[in-house]
Amino acid sequence: MAHDSQAEHYHPSWKEYKWVALILTIITIVEVWAYYIPSFVASAAFVPALLIMSAVKFAIVVMFYMHLKYDHKLFRALFTGPLIIATATLLALLAVMSAL
Amino acid sequence: MRAADSAGRPIPSSVLSLGAQPLVSATAHAAPAHGSHEEHHHYTTTGLDSRKIAVWAFIGSECMLFASLISTYLIYKGRSIVGPFPHTSWTHPQTGQVFKPILNIPVTSASTFVLLMSSLAMVLALSAVENKDKPLPAGAGLGDRMLASSKLWLWATCLLGAGFLAFQAYEFTSFVHEGLTIKTNLFGSTFFTLTGFHGAHVTAGVIWLGTLLAIDYQRGLGPKDALNVDIAALYWHFVDVVWIAIFTLLYLIPD
Repeated sequence: MAHDSQAEHYHPSWKEYKWVALILTIITIVEVWAYYIPSFVASAAFVPALLIMSAVKFAIVVMFYMHLKYDHKLFRALFTGPLIIATATLLALLAVMSAL
Repeated sequence: MRAADSAGRPIPSSVLSLGAQPLVSATAHAAPAHGSHEEHHHYTTTGLDSRKIAVWAFIGSECMLFASLISTYLIYKGRSIVGPFPHTSWTHPQTGQVFKPILNIPVTSASTFVLLMSSLAMVLALSAVENKDKPLPAGAGLGDRMLASSKLWLWATCLLGAGFLAFQAYEFTSFVHEGLTIKTNLFGSTFFTLTGFHGAHVTAGVIWLGTLLAIDYQRGLGPKDALNVDIAALYWHFVDVVWIAIFTLLYLIPD
């Protein structure tokens, strides 16, 4: 429990936050840049590439800005549990409605 | 003799009156983590603050809400019979009027950047509040004084959030002028519903941050308020991650 308490209160430093912001900005620029390359947009790799970049940004914000990486496992469960259910529901709905 | 936690601080009677011995033991073991404000501490059997558990549970439920809205958008994506369309031009069959692709990617990219930077400002605001009691290092420069200013970063977060809303207001207005309303087609209905709900969440966040700013001016925010700021920050970052998903799924991936 002592370990948990310490983990709950660890927050990244300004330098780490600065790097996180820089990485998020770079990924966003790459995403938008990719949108303006017609040959890449027409390729089968475009959508997976965008989804992966978006997922990386999502994970970075959740882990570092929401400090879930350092937080108690209950908080992780409270977030990832519904997120998994929501994602599974989304995929199931898309499959059922033939939109996938 | 009054019961005390492992750090020797008294345990509130409200906790002891719950009765079950394991509950008292677990709480007493975990209590020392949150400073000397026992009277205001929301004990739970996990040793975690109930408010923080509540906000994470709330965020989990919000995941479900936005997943349902995103699902609806994706299911109806590309199924609009009439335009304007998000990524392609459309010519009205009766009038011959040509509608350009309606999404403005440069403007939305700028608003996305603004929201990402607001998250950076928010973590710096929380850091400033948590470290308010720590003296600045000898020879601290302007950068150190700026990093220690919770008011500066709360203002920055509020203004960036308001900036994002201004971008959204501009986008909505231009869409309506270009002929896309919530009633025009399936794209309009699902787009305005999803982004409108997100905008409402950003608006609530800006108001919430405004109240924190008011408290900071009134009596000053300090380490004892860190949890309240942390909870607001978690909500704000969640609004940011939802936009990360929306930006990719709605704006960048074509039909």
